[in-house]
Amino acid sequence: MKPDTWKSALLSVLIAALFIGVWHLATLPKAATAQSAANDEYAVLLGKTSAKQTGFPPPLEIGKAIVKYLGDPFYDHGPNDKGIAIQLGHSLGRVGIGFLLAALVAIPLGFTIGMSPLIYRALDPFIQVLKPISPLAWMPLALYTIKDSNISGIFVIFICSLWPMLINTAFGVAGVRRDWLNVARTLEVRPLRRAFTVILPAAAPTIVTGARISMGIAWLVIVAAEMLVGGTGIGYFVWNEWNNLALPNVIFAILMIGLVGMALDHLFAMLQKWVTYAE
Amino acid sequence: MPYLQVSNLSKTYTPGAEPVFNDVRFSIERGEFVVIIGHSGCGKSTILNVLSGLESPSTGDVIVDGREVKGPGLDRGVVFQSHALMPWFSVLENVCFAVRSRWPDKSRAEIEAQATQYLEMVGLGHALKKKPAELSGGMKQRVGIARAFAIQPKMLLLDEPFGALDALTRGTIQDELLKIVQATQQTIFMITHDVDEAILLADRILLMSNGPRARIAEIVEVTMPRYRTRAGLHHDPQYYRIRNHLVDFLVSRSNDYAGLPPGEPRVLRPGLDEDPVTSPPVVRLVS
Ligand SMILES: Nc1ncnc2c1ncn2[C@@H]1O[C@H](COP(=O)(O)OP(=O)(O)OP(=O)(O)O)[C@@H](O)[C@H]1O
Ligand SMILES: [Mg+2]
Repeated sequence: MKPDTWKSALLSVLIAALFIGVWHLATLPKAATAQSAANDEYAVLLGKTSAKQTGFPPPLEIGKAIVKYLGDPFYDHGPNDKGIAIQLGHSLGRVGIGFLLAALVAIPLGFTIGMSPLIYRALDPFIQVLKPISPLAWMPLALYTIKDSNISGIFVIFICSLWPMLINTAFGVAGVRRDWLNVARTLEVRPLRRAFTVILPAAAPTIVTGARISMGIAWLVIVAAEMLVGGTGIGYFVWNEWNNLALPNVIFAILMIGLVGMALDHLFAMLQKWVTYAE
Repeated sequence: MPYLQVSNLSKTYTPGAEPVFNDVRFSIERGEFVVIIGHSGCGKSTILNVLSGLESPSTGDVIVDGREVKGPGLDRGVVFQSHALMPWFSVLENVCFAVRSRWPDKSRAEIEAQATQYLEMVGLGHALKKKPAELSGGMKQRVGIARAFAIQPKMLLLDEPFGALDALTRGTIQDELLKIVQATQQTIFMITHDVDEAILLADRILLMSNGPRARIAEIVEVTMPRYRTRAGLHHDPQYYRIRNHLVDFLVSRSNDYAGLPPGEPRVLRPGLDEDPVTSPPVVRLVS
């Protein structure tokens, strides 16, 4: 096992190096190889430093952006120029609040649905219709009724986090083994205690799987939502840098979105491991 | 008045189909140990679930301690055929869960002490912190037994509690059970497939005919001194008479009872009454 992880890590590094190498070669300024040194000087005299403003940015430019933004992640120079940590913080804040609100609704409601086939059947048509709606489709409605772009963003996260958690909670609760419920019944366990000591632990792996899916979707959606709403957040940062034609910054932001998404998913993977039980 | 009285019990799972069993009637005295034997699928577990209140009968009723059974209760402890341990709890927590349900006001230390005491009784003092998934089938079953005993119910309902145990462990736990029963005078209803186990433990053995429309066909009184031991059992000539009667029933007579009119089951004392194997099943008609 150990040597294998070591090997796979080495291979990952090699693949990354190869990718960056190919990228570097593909974005080398073509002028440098074709033109003479004299022409180069001529270009410098004319104020054209290189082809970097027009072509796809080489990896070195991204490296510079990384050093620049991670070197000072917390600066705040007005609405259009904030450090990357501040922008990510805004996005994570919206995702966190929207996700928690969704959990507060989805888990109790999912419990009710999961325990009562009647309520399940009554609510099923609504869930089936609401679930496939792209969360961004709610944005105009949210902006119109809430009139606050920040809260509208949170609302969109709330809506998109709701369904996977709701459905998984209901599914997990409905699937709790009869034997365990029977044990609770023969011990005359009160409903609230039964919910917390039997049903919740029994359904926890399914519920956390739903939460993990919700969080994944929320992190996908927040970038798009912030592009639409503007103001703050990593999505707005991407949009703003695109408007500045600062592609290295856009690529840097993409990298950060990926890394934060991975960290969030890892968090839920750990939670999942913690609540999973072997039968 | 008997502690438990079952009359005219029947259970039909699918409407329109034949009942799994019908006209089941028997009673259990306070402090009595009653074992039920019958072929797989005849409805033993269903009867036990009705007694526990987990299932409701299609017809008939169950009276326990003067009250009709309407649902499960702490006065009846159940050992499930599938042990039904909570896999997210440790062994100790599984038993503590039951003890806390019975005595919500006890302190944590008291609850743990009592749970530990019953786990030690079934020989699991060394495995308190283990999760059920880390236990063998027999160990899981012993946790289930400890959980049921730990709430000190007035009556115990055991569904093949020793089914998953190897012969050696089975013997030890049977001895433990005998000891506890003799000390506590607990009323017990137990299902088993093991004829010797039935003779060792029971005061009376209910023989169930094959389904559908299964019923309690015969009731065998274990006419041996109450305080039996595994070692002394086979020195008693009564043991072989009872054993032969039970095996004969299971092998050749359990099908003969289908379609008989309703009535009280025959009460038999093998070797002391007439030879039951040669006499045909007669059901005494009740008005
Ligand atoms: N929930 C259910 N729905 C429909 N049929 C059932 C249900 N539970 C049990 N049965 C049927 O009732 C009959 C009796 O089942 P039961 O589990 O009581 O048998 P048993 O005597 O305990 O058998 P075993 O010795 O194998 O444990 C079986 O034929 C079974 O198929
Ligand atoms: Mg059974």
